Amino acid sequence: MPHDTLQILSPDGALVGDPTIDLARTRELYAAMVVARVYDRKCTAMQKQGRLATYAPFEGQEACQIGSVAPLAPNDWVAGTYRDAAAMWFAGYPMVNLILGRTGDERGGNTPAGVNVLPPSITVGGHMIHAVGTGWADKIQGNGRVSLTLFGDGATSEGDFHEAMNFAGVFQTPTIFFCQNNGWAISLPFEQQTAAASLVDKAVGYGMPGVRVDGNDLLAVVAASDTAVHAARNGEGPTFIEAMTYRVGPHTTADDPGRYRTEDVTADWLKKDPIERVRSYLAKNGEWDAAWEDEVSSEASQEVEDAVAEAEALDPLSSNEVFDAMFAEPTQPLIEQRGMLRRDG
Amino acid sequence: MSERTMAQALNSALADALVSDDVVLLGEDVGRTGGVFRVTDGLQERFGDERVVDTPVAESGIVGAAFGMAVAGLRPVAEIQFMGFSYPGYDQIVNHVSRIRNRSRHRFTAPLVIRIPYGGGIGAAEHHSESLEAIYTHVPGLKVVVPSRPVDAKGLLTAAINDPDPVIFLEPIRGYRAMKEDVSDDPYEIPIGVASIERTGNDLTLLAYGAMMRETRQAADVLAADGVDVEVIDLRTLVPLDTETILASVENTGRAVVVHEAPRTAGFGAEIAATIAERALYSLKAPVERVTAWDIVVPLRRAEKHYTPGVERIVAAAKRTMA
Repeated sequence: MPHDTLQILSPDGALVGDPTIDLARTRELYAAMVVARVYDRKCTAMQKQGRLATYAPFEGQEACQIGSVAPLAPNDWVAGTYRDAAAMWFAGYPMVNLILGRTGDERGGNTPAGVNVLPPSITVGGHMIHAVGTGWADKIQGNGRVSLTLFGDGATSEGDFHEAMNFAGVFQTPTIFFCQNNGWAISLPFEQQTAAASLVDKAVGYGMPGVRVDGNDLLAVVAASDTAVHAARNGEGPTFIEAMTYRVGPHTTADDPGRYRTEDVTADWLKKDPIERVRSYLAKNGEWDAAWEDEVSSEASQEVEDAVAEAEALDPLSSNEVFDAMFAEPTQPLIEQRGMLRRDG
Repeated sequence: MSERTMAQALNSALADALVSDDVVLLGEDVGRTGGVFRVTDGLQERFGDERVVDTPVAESGIVGAAFGMAVAGLRPVAEIQFMGFSYPGYDQIVNHVSRIRNRSRHRFTAPLVIRIPYGGGIGAAEHHSESLEAIYTHVPGLKVVVPSRPVDAKGLLTAAINDPDPVIFLEPIRGYRAMKEDVSDDPYEIPIGVASIERTGNDLTLLAYGAMMRETRQAADVLAADGVDVEVIDLRTLVPLDTETILASVENTGRAVVVHEAPRTAGFGAEIAATIAERALYSLKAPVERVTAWDIVVPLRRAEKHYTPGVERIVAAAKRTMA
């Protein structure tokens, strides 16, 4: 390893560093990771039943997504991707909105006022600069908010990664670049994504601090993110975090990883599961038992089922409504086209 | 009132807008040098380098950052130096700027203006003379505005900055200093989506926008001297198009000639000709004529004259419709 990789919890749940959060907070974040996994597996199941459009599972990346959001304040900005549902949800994006989006409904993006989580970026890489823009606006307005953007290793090959990192460095925007290096961009392994030994090396090229963490270690992710958020909020500019993790599932429900990778590597990563790791840690400290686990699991299932029911109860957008959100007010050409659709079906 | 070129009128609109703390200008060389066409001249000195920002050379970054600023409540005005340099920002425009309102059902909006100088006529280098407005008019969720004269330039830019949705604001390069007009020193808006009937007539409708208005006005003078009673319409806004004004005029005159310096195939003239064919065919006394540039790369300086429509071509097309 060319770089130190920050680790606080070993894969068997033993402390190998100093935690920055207490056990009570760790329990909260553990419960959030459980909800995320229940949601993720439910969505994969629903896609197989034909109830969702293509779904991009994030299993194995729960510590990255819950841990990177944990230090944020309620009004901070989050710009993530189609694989960042757990982060979005934990930052306040309602679960029903997430599910609506995946059923193929634009109303998924209509989050409550005050929840500054952008709808997920579907194209790869274009959204990182948005977190530079929101951060820049906040800096100009002096309101102390920070902007977090999440993306994968594949996105670092896009030109927009360079432009976003460069702008953030030049204008010292309060932006946290959180890269989930999960080893695969659909079928392309990390080794073919870049000739660089590590992604965190790139930070120096943009004049910002970079830190590499064990992305399956919740406490390490929280610690690195907390430092980055504090720096951003204190006017010290952006940070790049590379979190080493693994996409246990397929790229999407339309993908078959058997075509490009062997299961033994995946099996190794399953042993480093981010949720089991925290469970062991809590148990070692007398903060976990089976009864509490049942309670957390059943609450998670209830939350997910309620969101699914609410999303599926909504009628699809009508033929009138699909014209309604292109502009603040429909333009004359749109009014005419709406009339044509109504006339001819 | 002051006599101003279009560049000065645009500068005046930007200076008025910058009085509001929400407005930020960003782009390459817009600060210290006042932009390659000096449209932002003196604004950084007056409003500071946090509000009038020289950015790194990165058009996708400029558009993407402006998008984020707009989503967060500012009113950014981004400058791209030439249309030929706008394509690196096109992904941001198409995949993010134009659709955030729809993909969030009004929760997030992008009220930003992207100013893009376009068109030829100044003998510039390759990529500096493009007129591909159709790549913007074809994208749902964008408004596309093209002023042709100083008074309109100030009023339309003010309206664009105040508009709740993204506006692609195309500025004719050879129109920046081609004419002067008395322009109000106070802020005012000219509404987006309303064409201007510059000259009324009963025989023929000439339709144009932006830089080609100059040749179109001259052609109207030539035709009038020949006894043709010409109506001249400056479209001013391409999206949303003021079809009502176009159709009312063509229904009266029965003849239409559309002029642009963009390539012919799938150029915006095709949209106008199709609209007339759909909705005013039975008023026509002659086929609609399109006077356009060609489907070729803009020739470089020495042969550029073969590309941009001149007065003679407009007059010839008009006379064919009168035959």
